[in-house]
Amino acid sequence: MLIFERSHKGRRNAAQSPQQTVSVSGIPTALLRQDQPLLPEASEMDVVRHYTRLSQKNFSIDTHFYPLGSCTMKHNPRVCNTLAMLPQFQSRHPLAAESTGQGMLACLYELQQILKEVTGMAGVSLMPMAGAQGEFAGIAMIRAYHEARGDTARTEIIVPDAAHGTNPATAVMCGYTVTEIKTDAQGNIDLQALRAATGPKTAGLMLTNPSTLGVFEKQIEAIREIIHEAGGLLYYDGANLNAIIGKVKPGDMGFDVIHMNLHKTFSTPHGGGGPGAGAVGVAERLLAFLPLPVVAMQLSANTVQTYRYLTEADLPQSIGHLAAFTGNIGVLLRAYVYARMLGFAGMLRVSEFATLNANYLLAELQKAGFTIAFPQRRASHEFILSIKPLKDDTGISAMDVAKRLLDKGFHPPTTYFPMLVPECLLIEPTETESKETLDAFVTALKEIREEAYATPELVKGAPYTTPVRRLDDVKAARELDLKWKLVKEQ
Amino acid sequence: MPFIPHTEADIQAMLASIGAENIDTLFEEIPSSLRSDNFSALGSGLNEMQVSRLMRERAAQDQQPLNFIGAGAYEHHIPAAVWEIATRGEYYTAYTPYQAEASQGTLQTLYEYQSMMASLTGMDVSNASLYDGASGLAEAILMAVRAHKTSRRVLLPATVSPFYRSVAHSILKLQHIELIEIPFDSATGAIDPQALQQYAGSDIAALVIPQPNFFGVLEEVDSLTAWAHAQHAYAIALVNPLSLALLKPPGLWAGSGADIAVGDGQPLGAPLCSGGPYFGFLCCKQVLVRQMPGRIIGRTVDLEGKTGYTLTLQAREQHIRRAKATSNICSNQGLMVTAATIYMALLGVDGLRRTAAASYENTRLLAEMACQLPGVTCLFSSAHFHERVLLLPAATAKVWAQMAEQGISAGYDLGAHYPQLGNALLVCATETKTEADLQRFVAALRHAL
Repeated sequence: MLIFERSHKGRRNAAQSPQQTVSVSGIPTALLRQDQPLLPEASEMDVVRHYTRLSQKNFSIDTHFYPLGSCTMKHNPRVCNTLAMLPQFQSRHPLAAESTGQGMLACLYELQQILKEVTGMAGVSLMPMAGAQGEFAGIAMIRAYHEARGDTARTEIIVPDAAHGTNPATAVMCGYTVTEIKTDAQGNIDLQALRAATGPKTAGLMLTNPSTLGVFEKQIEAIREIIHEAGGLLYYDGANLNAIIGKVKPGDMGFDVIHMNLHKTFSTPHGGGGPGAGAVGVAERLLAFLPLPVVAMQLSANTVQTYRYLTEADLPQSIGHLAAFTGNIGVLLRAYVYARMLGFAGMLRVSEFATLNANYLLAELQKAGFTIAFPQRRASHEFILSIKPLKDDTGISAMDVAKRLLDKGFHPPTTYFPMLVPECLLIEPTETESKETLDAFVTALKEIREEAYATPELVKGAPYTTPVRRLDDVKAARELDLKWKLVKEQ
Repeated sequence: MPFIPHTEADIQAMLASIGAENIDTLFEEIPSSLRSDNFSALGSGLNEMQVSRLMRERAAQDQQPLNFIGAGAYEHHIPAAVWEIATRGEYYTAYTPYQAEASQGTLQTLYEYQSMMASLTGMDVSNASLYDGASGLAEAILMAVRAHKTSRRVLLPATVSPFYRSVAHSILKLQHIELIEIPFDSATGAIDPQALQQYAGSDIAALVIPQPNFFGVLEEVDSLTAWAHAQHAYAIALVNPLSLALLKPPGLWAGSGADIAVGDGQPLGAPLCSGGPYFGFLCCKQVLVRQMPGRIIGRTVDLEGKTGYTLTLQAREQHIRRAKATSNICSNQGLMVTAATIYMALLGVDGLRRTAAASYENTRLLAEMACQLPGVTCLFSSAHFHERVLLLPAATAKVWAQMAEQGISAGYDLGAHYPQLGNALLVCATETKTEADLQRFVAALRHAL
């Protein structure tokens, strides 16, 4: 039932809005609204009950194992939320005097320093509001760098075929054309194809390492040489930073610009799709182009630390602002609290235990007879299972397995991505899951395989225990129903 | 080890299963020349008690001035239930609802949100959010340019927030879209119709129409929309969603309506939080739905015929269409939208109207009281919503700094972006302000002059 169907004419929440109704006589009638917008008329209890019950229809990290590959669904510590929602942080206006935000700015400045340290980059801007906006900032900086050198013939960005869709989409938004290059049978970039694709038109290469195939790109030094020798720059998509944090720094691999998904590696919540935070880090030669604002620290005469936002006056070559104000501050504060709790030793353990969990799960599934996409490679923090042999035998697809997992109380892994591996499940357990949970997940997959042979119809019909069963996506797209009123009118 | 549950026995059992001697072996594919664990600047970890103490100390440094700044982010009362529910783990820690059967809570909430926003703006359809109003405006312009096909010129009036114009410029220059500034009438504070008329008959993709504009002034939205349509240009409405409880919705401007309505959803339940997270909303006419960026939720049925909700029209999006997608956007601001949906459901039409009207009235009163001070006048003769420009008899920055010392965020100094206005200060008093607050502002202003 929709909230609109719980509406009762004339009901209202007196406690939630101003007590007086005042006239707006200064506004000409022609500019005023005459119709009644379609909002529910409901009591506080109606509303609280409705949305509490709706929330219970979700799978979430707080309720279920959620091994979505490439999404890093690790535990979101509650204290990060509590502290980011302290009233002083919540109530500050973005245009208030910087003197009234020194505590907040100190956190952001230190977060910049922490991110610089763990990635090996020379400078960081916390401004981008999500991974894709971080990518935009990164590629826009590459473009600004070439243009500042008068090097305007570079019109192409190279992207491996296994990359996230945001990579090619971002390159296009930055005015570039996209050249895709192949991946070889070992999951590495085809160096020959890369050499052939690289030349005077190359502005840069976008790379995720470990790649979306769940393996570390071992030829990274050779790749760097090819791109840099051609005058291009190297972009690091930080989607999989959780796999290497504390072990190897993107800056040391030779990347010129990177983005970090703080809603992945730094444990801020995904919130059903956002908000995220896509901080960018750059090498020395791109410092001048960082998006605004960046937080700077000054030591005044009496050695008091004060913080301020850098502006166009400080960074005249900046690619500019990408948000009306200063980005997703609330998310950044959560990431800061998490980073401070981990500290040096905790940060090293993130990738260690993310990798241990992935390799353990891989080993157990391999022993159970499942097909691993790259068995000869060491898994990073995630790995790919191919359901193709099972499909050949029983007709049960990766999608069927995913849906049946819901009945077993597990959120499924990422399905059908990357597209290079047929019938794939991309599994990322993260470091915060226990061995018992991983063992239970293996047991569930074994049960589903048995069901696939014994009672395939059972698996094809799954899920049975969720609020709805499989949905008709074709109908959703063909007979667009995107709002409640539309239905009532028809 | 914070947040890592492994016991020593677990670790040994897991390594044995893998056949690895130790955890470090698992990183053997990373060239050893690249390995680095130099993180000394990070310091040691803090436990929950220590980090709480640190953050409470930091928060205590941040005074909470009495706020009269608007300029695109507005202080409103947020009912306690909004964030109590939005931060329930089931909403807070869920991923993007790609697995629809496991995400009906988020999906139905977003469908309700789309319904509310479409109704509030009077438009046919809404997407499920963008990052913020400014980047949303850039996306709306991209939509219009794609749909228009022949022109890459867009009219962007000087009455649009300078912050939004700056972001639009950062994003759109890379795709060679020409943004043409239209000046405002210095008497009314609204778009100068004569300046606009110079572009009549030329090939224009869109006109951006802010309502209210950055000065709080109400624009002549009907004639502007009609003018845009007469040029075969799209009319992009840039609106404050709360104002739509009172003001004519973009879907009815000039009768036929604006083509796209966009803006920042912050007034609907998002705390100010130094600038974010907020969310951008984007609504449009049905004919443009396939040009929309971002996620869209549709209602459908399951295999038993039961109603359910799912992501739809995904062929527009980057994970399917890659380089040919309508945008690179992936993560949006889902949790902020969840909060906004709960906010709108709690307030209803009546509550939104009362909030908007009280904000209008408080700002009107504030301006009236301020203008009784010697030398202070109100700029612009047109009608206003909940912001006014005050003209001061002394340098704005100096007055502002003195009022800040008295614990008041006095407004936004327009000097940097509109130097032609003189000592201009943009003020806003929402429903959160009492008469005593307004008097405190006026007394502080008197003292500062």
